[in-house]
Amino acid sequence: MAKSIEELQEIAKRVRRDIVTMITAAKSGHPGGSLSAVEILVELYFNTMRIDPANPKWADRDRFILSKGHAAPVLYSVMAERGYADTPKEQLNSLRKLGSVYQGHPDMRYIPSLEASTGSLGQGLSLGMGMALAARLDARPSRIYVMLGDGEIQEGQVWEAAMAAAFHKVDNLVAIVDYNQIQLDGFVKDIMEVAPLADKWRGFGWNVIELNGHDPAAVRAAFEAAAAAKGKPTVLVAHTIKGKGVSFMENNPKFHGVAPTQDELKLALQELN
Amino acid sequence: MSVEINARKKFELKPGPATREAFGRALVELGHENKDVVVVDADLSKSTMTNYFAKEFPERFFSCGIAEANMVGVGAGLAMAGKIPFVASFSVFVMNKAFEQMRVCSAYGRSNLKVVGTHSGISIGEDGPSQMSVEEIALACSLAGYVVIAPADEASCKALVKAAAAYDGPVFIRTGRPKAPVVHAPGQKFEIGKAVEVAAGKDVTLIANGLLVAQAMVAADLLEAEGVSVRVLDMHTVKPLDREAIARAAKETGAIVVAEEHLVDGGLGVRVAQAVAETSPCPMEFVGLHDRYAESGQPEELLEHYGLVGKDIAETARKVLGRK
Repeated sequence: MAKSIEELQEIAKRVRRDIVTMITAAKSGHPGGSLSAVEILVELYFNTMRIDPANPKWADRDRFILSKGHAAPVLYSVMAERGYADTPKEQLNSLRKLGSVYQGHPDMRYIPSLEASTGSLGQGLSLGMGMALAARLDARPSRIYVMLGDGEIQEGQVWEAAMAAAFHKVDNLVAIVDYNQIQLDGFVKDIMEVAPLADKWRGFGWNVIELNGHDPAAVRAAFEAAAAAKGKPTVLVAHTIKGKGVSFMENNPKFHGVAPTQDELKLALQELN
Repeated sequence: MSVEINARKKFELKPGPATREAFGRALVELGHENKDVVVVDADLSKSTMTNYFAKEFPERFFSCGIAEANMVGVGAGLAMAGKIPFVASFSVFVMNKAFEQMRVCSAYGRSNLKVVGTHSGISIGEDGPSQMSVEEIALACSLAGYVVIAPADEASCKALVKAAAAYDGPVFIRTGRPKAPVVHAPGQKFEIGKAVEVAAGKDVTLIANGLLVAQAMVAADLLEAEGVSVRVLDMHTVKPLDREAIARAAKETGAIVVAEEHLVDGGLGVRVAQAVAETSPCPMEFVGLHDRYAESGQPEELLEHYGLVGKDIAETARKVLGRK
């Protein structure tokens, strides 16, 4: 039972409220890159992916890997919304606290429904490729989705994996680059330019789809087009806005990895109402 | 002439197949036994001997090119989706270039990954120090939850590769390039974490793994000829360590020499010493590489030049016996 675009937008709004609230409660975390990825994760978990939260280890499921693990809050909130038993909604504000299942970066030891423990950048695409190969060997319908940061793709391993996935024609693998233009030290173009992004992936043999990562209809259409592409992996170059939805966080490098104050939270929640 | 010493036949340093060769053969057998066994390699399959598997099961063999980090990540992903992946490269490359991937994707992110390093130690020979892995046991043992194995000969390597496949969790196996002398009797059983007593004795214990088990046997014969009763343990599993066998050796023989083709920093020796300190303290000495890199040369002459052969182990044993 697919959700309508309007329903997804409502969920996205709640997720954004969760993100700023939980990071404020934690007094640390990464709001900017969590807010930029909301529409993509909501579409994946509520429509695109073949998953069953009541049966998270279903062998034929699709899998999502948050390679940019510092955006954990968006993943936690979306999984909580989706109803996984090991991501209780009422505990979201325990983020980053001792004993919490909501570790600073995704940790399968605490949340078995996660597909990978991530946090060290550059590794998720390799894992995704391995999972995609396993699905292919077993003739399972599983598709594997890996979200990368635009700063993250400065890591060399990403391009080792990009080369290998195209070489092995892993067409059940989809990478999503959250192209929000900002990394910890500042704007990506000033730290280490990654453009032209689409050309780079195309040069590595990938099917490339560019889209507005905040337009739910465009996101859904891109995943549908990815599923239809055969013989090569697909990458979604998702143009997004760091801190999307909170005016003073948008395009502001400060909010890559700084928690809002209580006053800022109040303002943010007003905007996200 | 072969003489009987303490009812044990004199050890004969007779070259058998390399442990990497045994690994390659074991993989093919595993491939036939279990369709979930898969292999990922990084352009060294003709050297790591995974090419035997590749030939037999091309659909289950994945070339990653010269990209060890991705190789380990792909292997971990296969493991997370239910496969039993063996990833292989020279020890020096997989352990140093993909250490962090092993840490995050298989140790901390516990996955059923089997990492096999070949061409370990200085006995890779002519290729020289950039290819010589002398620190991977220390590194592998520092990965929480990893099993770390360094087999001595063909039979033990084959058996332990199979045991690694049957074990649910990450494993590192250290193998070598040169022909490995046969040290184990036919029919010997091997179990992860269980040392094998290759020679019985009561005055001193020589603990070794890999190629140096054979050298420890040579040392044992030299010492036996002097009237010293020598116990030799093949400590093929460095982690988890067979603390029981070590405690028994410390208690019953009262002196221990550990020999390894590895830096003495962080290798088998320090792990045995820790177990001895915690159970039954006794004098110990260590044979290995001391804070330096080796050089090009033939395997046998390198082992001799760097003090890793039987006479060196025997000399070290005399030293430890003097401290008893």
